[in-house]
Amino acid sequence: MNIAIDRREFLKAGAAVGGGLALEFSIAGAALAQAQGATAPEVTHWILIYPDDRVVIRIARSEMGQGSLTGLAQLVAEELDCDWANVSTEFVSPNEHIKRKRIWGSMSTGGSAGVRTSQEYLRKSGASARTMLVSAAATQWEVPSAECSASAGVITHGPSGRKVTYGKVAAAANKLETPKDVPLRDPKDWKIAGKSMKRLEMPDKVAGKPIYGVDVQLPNMLHASIVQSPVFLGKVKGVDSKAADKMRGVKGIVKGDGGVAVVADNCWRSNQAAKALKIDWDEGSNGAVSSDTITALFKEGLDAKDLPTARKTGDVPAALATAAKVVEAEYASPYLSHATMEPMTSTAWFKQDGTLDVWTSTQNGEASIAAAAEAAGLPLEQVEVHKAMLGGGFGRRGAPQDYVKQSVAIAKQFPGRPVKLIWSREEDMQHGFYRPASRARMKAGLDAQGNMVAMHTVIACPSILALLRPEGIDKGIDSTAVRTFNDSPYTTPNQLVEYAMRNPHVPVGFWRAPGLQNSFYRESFIDEVAHAAGKDPLEFRLAMLKPGDKNRLVLEAAARVAGWGSPLPAGVYRGLAQSDGFGSYTAMVAEVSVNEGRINVHRVVFAIDSGYVVNPDACRAQAEGNVIFCLGQFYEGHTLKDGRIQESNFHDFRIPHIQEMPRVETVLVPTGGFWGGHGEPGALNVVPAVCNAVFAATGKRIRSLPLKDNDVRNA
Amino acid sequence: MIKLNVNGRAQNVDVEPEMPLLWVLRDELKLAGTKYGCGIAQCGACTVHVDGQAVRSCVTPVGSLAGKKVVTIEGLGARGLTRVQQAWLEHEVPQCGYCQVGMIMAATALLEKKSKPTDADIDAAMTNLCRCGTYARVRKAIHAAAGTQVAASPEPVLLPNGQKA
Repeated sequence: MNIAIDRREFLKAGAAVGGGLALEFSIAGAALAQAQGATAPEVTHWILIYPDDRVVIRIARSEMGQGSLTGLAQLVAEELDCDWANVSTEFVSPNEHIKRKRIWGSMSTGGSAGVRTSQEYLRKSGASARTMLVSAAATQWEVPSAECSASAGVITHGPSGRKVTYGKVAAAANKLETPKDVPLRDPKDWKIAGKSMKRLEMPDKVAGKPIYGVDVQLPNMLHASIVQSPVFLGKVKGVDSKAADKMRGVKGIVKGDGGVAVVADNCWRSNQAAKALKIDWDEGSNGAVSSDTITALFKEGLDAKDLPTARKTGDVPAALATAAKVVEAEYASPYLSHATMEPMTSTAWFKQDGTLDVWTSTQNGEASIAAAAEAAGLPLEQVEVHKAMLGGGFGRRGAPQDYVKQSVAIAKQFPGRPVKLIWSREEDMQHGFYRPASRARMKAGLDAQGNMVAMHTVIACPSILALLRPEGIDKGIDSTAVRTFNDSPYTTPNQLVEYAMRNPHVPVGFWRAPGLQNSFYRESFIDEVAHAAGKDPLEFRLAMLKPGDKNRLVLEAAARVAGWGSPLPAGVYRGLAQSDGFGSYTAMVAEVSVNEGRINVHRVVFAIDSGYVVNPDACRAQAEGNVIFCLGQFYEGHTLKDGRIQESNFHDFRIPHIQEMPRVETVLVPTGGFWGGHGEPGALNVVPAVCNAVFAATGKRIRSLPLKDNDVRNA
Repeated sequence: MIKLNVNGRAQNVDVEPEMPLLWVLRDELKLAGTKYGCGIAQCGACTVHVDGQAVRSCVTPVGSLAGKKVVTIEGLGARGLTRVQQAWLEHEVPQCGYCQVGMIMAATALLEKKSKPTDADIDAAMTNLCRCGTYARVRKAIHAAAGTQVAASPEPVLLPNGQKA
């Protein structure tokens, strides 16, 4: 057996199914099917209402721990005005979505965009459904709709006092046309949205009941393990499977161009047999790539002439030439794994009727169905993707869909039998789509009064978009590589941002808050410049933010709650940082002490203006999660040798433990009028706030991570 | 045939004695609540109880379990949620939830040994990894289940636009 699981093909195909292109699907002749198999009438395509008043709200995005399953349901339920105790959810079927011409909008779950990009049509669906239910009740009573009102799932006719519950009129409401231009509630009147509702899937999660991708159990199911080329883009030259073939439970070896899979009757057996394979690899031209060669490539990029310009304001060379003082620094970051606790996994089953069913943990059901259909050579309508719970996502399970294609290619060799592919942790860590390594050189000019008059930034960074969404590149600029600099809110009159796109063979992807390394660079460097100017880091920043700028508001809020400038216990120091992104404005103050080169983070104050807050407690959970996730950057960092990632598991890619979790205080400052995200904004400031506090404590600047590359013992 | 006692039931499994308990539970007994995370006893997602002790089932050969009692998450809450699980619910601990079964098993074993654990006890016992970052709530929930102090959340909420939290 020889099937195509060449990594480059994954990459190309991954790009072809990336979020943006999904919009271009056109399903010729697809009938607008009514919800098949639904046992309750639809009142709008988002809501099912049972005769006993149970309300099922459909969720098109994925739940990966961020809580949007509950938040999105709150927005619908708020406008529907049902009894929250009656609400449950179901994921939209990607197959049904295709057949109904993408009626549920985007299924992509990333960019902290779940709530902010769907809130309007979700709230309108709720409001429309309420209007339809009231109208159905009024028709039944033969009274004007205007005399009826709805609250908590009950419709009341004012003059007569008659009452009916939603469940009793849902079937009639289903027959009505969906009204247009329904008014939406003012958020200050919210009763369900804006509250810390308990997350709907929690009772299952504490009982171990949710079905994650790895948990799928199907009749006669087989298990697959995969070994991919250790050097990215390498190829299989030959496989000696004599030992594996003889091992208990082994059903077959599937050889592809870029990897080999073993299929067995149990996951451990397939994994043991995979370890027993002797694979001869063609490493291609990348077998000598190392961390050093990549650093050299980035340094060459920083020195290159005529780079694409991401921002040009004023005349930076002239302003630097006449500056009273010039500050210059170079910063760098390593590649990072997502390291989701659930490794990549997908189960595929070619049925005898010619259809394909796939079960997977995905951040984008539509990208998964496209990937599966392409790998199977089937039309989308003949494929279904069952969205499992995600054991973490952080961007890894969105655009690439490499593991879905692999599972389909493997299962194709076992028609009629479901095959579950689970990557080993080692495969997962060494075959990621990594947070790009990068390097930035910044130069700032100060005038005689210590005001920053010019800033020049050059960034050498691999392009995520070039790999996963090439149509997103604009005039040589990948926005994820230059963010925070090209859109900096600081009013410095002369600003120049240049981008050296340098793409080693290491695959890169969207990692929580893509581009967050630039917040580390900018906010640490601004701290350096503030100290060079002899100014307080808070005052220095405030002087460069326009009155009314929302960045200013959150910076002031964080500073106030943290008590910026007030005395601290002996040995504890503060640092701050501010960044906007993913629709929200954020600032952070970290309190740290440094002992024998060890950094202890005691307290983090995080202020965020997301316009509105749909579930305050879920937002706090995201803030806590972002803080510790990003403190991991002090320990984690991939190194390359001989073209391959060196670290393979949690013993050498250390993620934080419980004792490293600081106290996190979340300051929600929703000023209204816009909708911002929460899943990623909290990630932006963690590293620079801590590094700036470390400087305050030790006089040492951390300009590259992980920490082992630095000596932060007190100077 | 290997004889096992899982969640109070006798089970016979026809597997190699070196097969880790994790895969016997998941693939042979179809008890999928216990999770695979690393396979090298680093992350704790596979934590179960063997004779009341928290063990990493991914490195526990099933052949070593003769005469011992294995309890998984499916057995833990068989008669309704335990106080640890209830505390987990009350404090909204899980995010993605994948590591939480192992966390709950480890916390339960800790409280069996030390009914009033200190923060240092928690640090020492709770070596489970969580990528989402639920650690602060894990600590709170353990203290709540133990009836020890739970620090009040000092999280202020400023709502200048009048929206109520």
